[in-house]
Order: sequence, then C-alpha cells, then structure tokens
Amino acid sequence: MAAAVAMAARGCGGVWRRARQRGAGQPGPGPGPFPRGQRAVACNARGGAVPAGKSGLVPWVPVVGLEIHAQISSNSKLFSGSQVQFAAPPNSLVSFFDASLPGTLPVLNRRCVEAAVMTGLALNCSINKKSLFDRKHYFYADLPAGYQITQQRVPIAVNGSLSYSLCIDNKMSQMVTKTVRIKQIQLEQDSGKSLHDDTRSQTLVDLNRAGVGLMEVVMEPDMCCGEEAAAAVRELQLILQTLGSSQAVMAEGQLRVDANVSVHHPGEPYGVRTEVKNINSIRFLAKAIDYEIQRQIEELENGGTILNETRAFDSKLGCTVPMRDKEGKQDYRFMPEPNLPPLILYDAKSLPANMNHQQVINIDWIHERLPDLPSVKRKKLVEQYGILPEHSFTLLNEDGLAEFFESVVKQTQMKPKKVIGWILKDLLSYLKQHSLTVKESPVSSFLLADLLNLLEKKEISSPAAKQVMAIKAGNQKVLNKLIGLVQKKTEGRSNPVLVKQLLEKKLSE
Amino acid sequence: MRAVLLGPWLRAGTGPRPHPATPHRAPHRALRAAPTAPNTACDSQQRLPAAGRDLPALKKVSVEVLDHLEQLALVDFRDSEGVERLQKAIQFADQLHEVNTDGVEPMDSVLEDRCLYLREDDVTEGNCTKELLENAREKVEEYFVAPPGNIPLPKLEERETFLQGSK
Repeated sequence: MAAAVAMAARGCGGVWRRARQRGAGQPGPGPGPFPRGQRAVACNARGGAVPAGKSGLVPWVPVVGLEIHAQISSNSKLFSGSQVQFAAPPNSLVSFFDASLPGTLPVLNRRCVEAAVMTGLALNCSINKKSLFDRKHYFYADLPAGYQITQQRVPIAVNGSLSYSLCIDNKMSQMVTKTVRIKQIQLEQDSGKSLHDDTRSQTLVDLNRAGVGLMEVVMEPDMCCGEEAAAAVRELQLILQTLGSSQAVMAEGQLRVDANVSVHHPGEPYGVRTEVKNINSIRFLAKAIDYEIQRQIEELENGGTILNETRAFDSKLGCTVPMRDKEGKQDYRFMPEPNLPPLILYDAKSLPANMNHQQVINIDWIHERLPDLPSVKRKKLVEQYGILPEHSFTLLNEDGLAEFFESVVKQTQMKPKKVIGWILKDLLSYLKQHSLTVKESPVSSFLLADLLNLLEKKEISSPAAKQVMAIKAGNQKVLNKLIGLVQKKTEGRSNPVLVKQLLEKKLSE
Repeated sequence: MRAVLLGPWLRAGTGPRPHPATPHRAPHRALRAAPTAPNTACDSQQRLPAAGRDLPALKKVSVEVLDHLEQLALVDFRDSEGVERLQKAIQFADQLHEVNTDGVEPMDSVLEDRCLYLREDDVTEGNCTKELLENAREKVEEYFVAPPGNIPLPKLEERETFLQGSK
C-alpha cells in the first residue's frame, strides 16, 4: 500500500505539473487535479464530446462502460448453506464447499435465482429460459478453488436497458432522461476478503464472503462522463433496493462498480480502454471517471499512449494509479462447470404439470409480483400531488422521505405543492446539516403537519414556523435566542440554566 | 467433457475457439459415427493418428506457448520429456477431429438432461472455524495466512527451467 501511495504521489504530481506548465499564464491552479483555468470534462446532455483540448483542434469523445457487482440479499450463499452476513468473526460463515475442500459440490440457491430474474425483469431484459454455469480460472489467495463459478456463455438475462435522469444545469431545474443498454446480468460467486499486512509481508484471508451470490450487471459503453455514470448507478441502486434483490450499500461492499474508460476522436475507432477499480462511493465514481478521462486526453495530446491496464482510484489523492497485480492480459481459461446442469426457468406457458413447486421458477409469476419501480413511483407522486419531477427525484433519493411527505400531506390541510417546499427546503436541509436520516428526524410528520396547519390557519407566521422547526431540529442558536427572550420578559430574574432545562423539556415533548 | 483441443490453438496462435452453434441435436450420433481406425482406450497413448485422415499437421509446441501455459496453470514442464509428453497428448486429443460433428450440439456434461436442484434459502452450514483452520499451515487469529499478493513467475529469461535452453 505504501508503494502504491508513493506511486500515486509521483503519478498524480506528474499530471499536475504537466497541466500546470501548459496552463501557465492563467490564474493559479486550484486544489483539484486540474488548474482552475482548464475546463473539467464538460459532458452534457447536448453532445457528450469534450470541447477541444489544449491543442484547440479536434474534440475528444470519452466512452464509459460500467461493470457492476451487486451482492444478492439472501440468507445463505449462492452454492452453499453458509450464512450471508456483514462483519462476523473471520471464517465463521464458511462451509467445506466455500473453503474448497475436496469432495464438496455446489448446490444452487433458489432465492438467488429469483433475485436475478427480478432484477432482469426490472431492467427490461430478456430472461434466458436456459442458462449455463462456467468456471473462470485465476489464482488468488481469497479464491480457494482457483476458479469462480460464473455465467460467461449464456447468462440468466440479456439485452436490457436502464433509464436515468440528469440535471442539465446545476440548479436542478431542467432534467433530461438518458438510457444505457444492459448487455447482460449473470449469477456468480463472490470471493473471500484479503487483508494485506505489508509490515509482516503476508496476507490474511477471511472466507466469510467467499461464495456469496452476486449479480454482475454489465452495461454497454453508452455513457460519456462521471456524472452520467453516477446517475445511472444511483438509479440502479434505487431499483435494487426497491426490488429487495440487493441492499446495494456501496460502503458495505454490497455494490461494487468498475469503470471502463477510453477516449477517441469523433469518427475514429474507440481508443484503448483502462479499467478503474476500488471505487467506494457514487461521488468517487464520478471523480474517478472524470480524472481518468482527463488523464487519457492529456497523455494522448502529449504524444503518449494509453496502456490497456487496470488502475485503482485513490480517493485521498483524487487520481488513478496502476494496480500492482494486474499487469498483462489475463487468460481465464473458461470452461463449462461440470457439476451443474443447465438452469431451466419456466413461464406460464411452459410450466410443467407434475413438477414439485419448490423446484420450479416461473418468470411470469415473479413479473406479476414486482413492486413499483422508482420511475413509476416518481410519476405517481407527480400525478397525485402536482409536484415537480425534480421534487419527486429528491423525495426518492432520501430513504423514507417520500413516505414522510405523504404522511404530512395526509395530516394537514396545506396543499401538497406548498408542503413539498417545507419538506425539501426546511426539513431536508436541517437533516443534512446535522447528518441525520429521515428516520432519525427530531421533527415527526405529525409535528410538522401540526405546524403547517397552524400556518395555514394563519395562527402563526411563516418565519415563526421556520424558527420552531429550527428549534425542534436542534438548532442551538435559536434555542439561545429563546432563552434570551425569556430573560428579557422576566427582566433578568429567571435562572438561565433552569430556563434552558424547561425549554428543552418542553421541546422534547 | 470434451478434452481441450490445443491443436487448433497452436496453429492459429489464439485462444481455444468456442464451439460453433448448431441447430440440430443428435446426442447419440457421435457415438455411432465411429472412426475408421479401431480405437481402444488402453494403448491410445502410443497410437498415432490414422494415416490418410484430415488431421492438423504435427507441429512443435513453441516456447512462447509453453511459457504462457506455465504462467496460467503454474505447471512446470521441466525437461524435454515433459514437453514430449505434452506433444503426444495434443496428438492424442487431435484424434477427435476424426469424428464428424456436423449438426451435433456440443455436450458440456453428462448431467445436461438432469434437473438442476434448487435449494431453499436456509442457513444450514458454517460455524466450523476451528475445523477449517486445522488445515492451515499458518494462521493469525482465525485468519488464513497467505503470501502478500500474487508473486509473479519470473520472466522467461530469468527462469531456470528447461525452456531457457530451447529455441
């Protein structure tokens, strides 16, 4: 790791220096990887091509494709009965099969198949009624078998699409819808976890995660910048969470994204692509992609070439660095998994008559029971409450906010179009300031509805209502102001500590 | 499971090609279309392909391919006898070319007509840390211990194997 950091310092510094030299004469360089005078990748709804580089001649077209691994939300693993759980004692959730002991065989988990079918249907894919399992071979300490069981030849779902929305400008007032094609979704095993101990020159291996079911979602390279990729991943995350097929929390490794990035001139063939890994949040995803696009453009404009390599994103330095172990092209020697027959799925028409129900997966049955996807939910919110589309996006973006909004609307006479302002501007900003989730909100929907009713009946003024919300949300300054007012009223005869206690008691009711 | 045909790979210099898609399934036709030369399992190691048949020309395995194989599978061909054995194994496998597979769908596994059993999503295994760690040569607080990352094989020039001496 120390070596990587040193490399990063050299690598990123190099880029900065070059950029700074060329940008000489412009106002001082900014804190980020690009000097302030230089335009960051300006990929927008209108074109996707980056305006002409420093040479001022031909524009560059960045191409971004994503490979996303989503951990399936299930009780047990894909091919064994060990438990799936985050943060358990090392090697406690490991069966003999997961440890790849000889004589063990894979047994497919029904729930994992259902999760993949649900996800495929939600992403408009064709579900392959017959799909196959393969072995992908490579050597690594956290892959005890020396191969991963995956679906390379015929995966469970193919040819889908994902629609997502972006704001054209920074003011959230104009949204544009884009689509990215889904090449395929495949079921595969997760590997164990390696903890690198460089001081003792060893790696500690925990196989708790080995064998957990993953859905790999492969997207076609239809995107052109970090912002698009981030929006697409966010939408996928919401869909997976709505379906319940994955909890998709990036911080817990339940959603992992690798980005494939290349640049080329319009009309010319695609450039050499690099793969960027180790991206731990949606925000970093956008940063990593934009950095890599810029790095490639600068490299090519300086007469250099792009290596087909794997790079890691260093979030502290904000740049990508070559990864140590992944030099050279890998040959995975794919072969059919001999221990698993083909996976056969059925629909209403092909349903076999005398088969055990538990052994049959009916695609149509699953399709009928899909919940409302985020895009449908947003549409309903807009239609039902007359709010703007941008508002519906924000409502769904915060866990629990849409439910909170609807609850308030039910309990108040204020029109939903007015309520939404209170929800998005006052409540949400207070929550963000104090890093609280909607569930942790000190202001309940009941309280807010009550407050808004008072406002509607003109019993209190709008600024007063805002102050009350501020106090309730824990704004210390306003509380002190109230104490000051009490002091004034009592002409300094009240005990400020006691006043504060009484007020706090009242507020907690 | 079919043996991996290294013959065509060696000729073309690329990875093994995927089986061509064929529309018509005739699972037992292959067995009945016996090659003209008798084929007994025991002596097949020494048997050369039947003369006059359309077979890939016998070609020496190149050093680059050997090196590639060593890196991928971490096998060491060690000496000329090992390479000869590989050569013979390829020739043996190439006999499969004698079989006419037009219109026959490839078979991945003899299980292909079986039903893939679906297990219920219940926790039934795990919690055997102690037993698993008994297999470990080294352990640190219930973790398996492994060397730091993949140690790459030294480049061909630096390796002290037979390959160094070959063309």
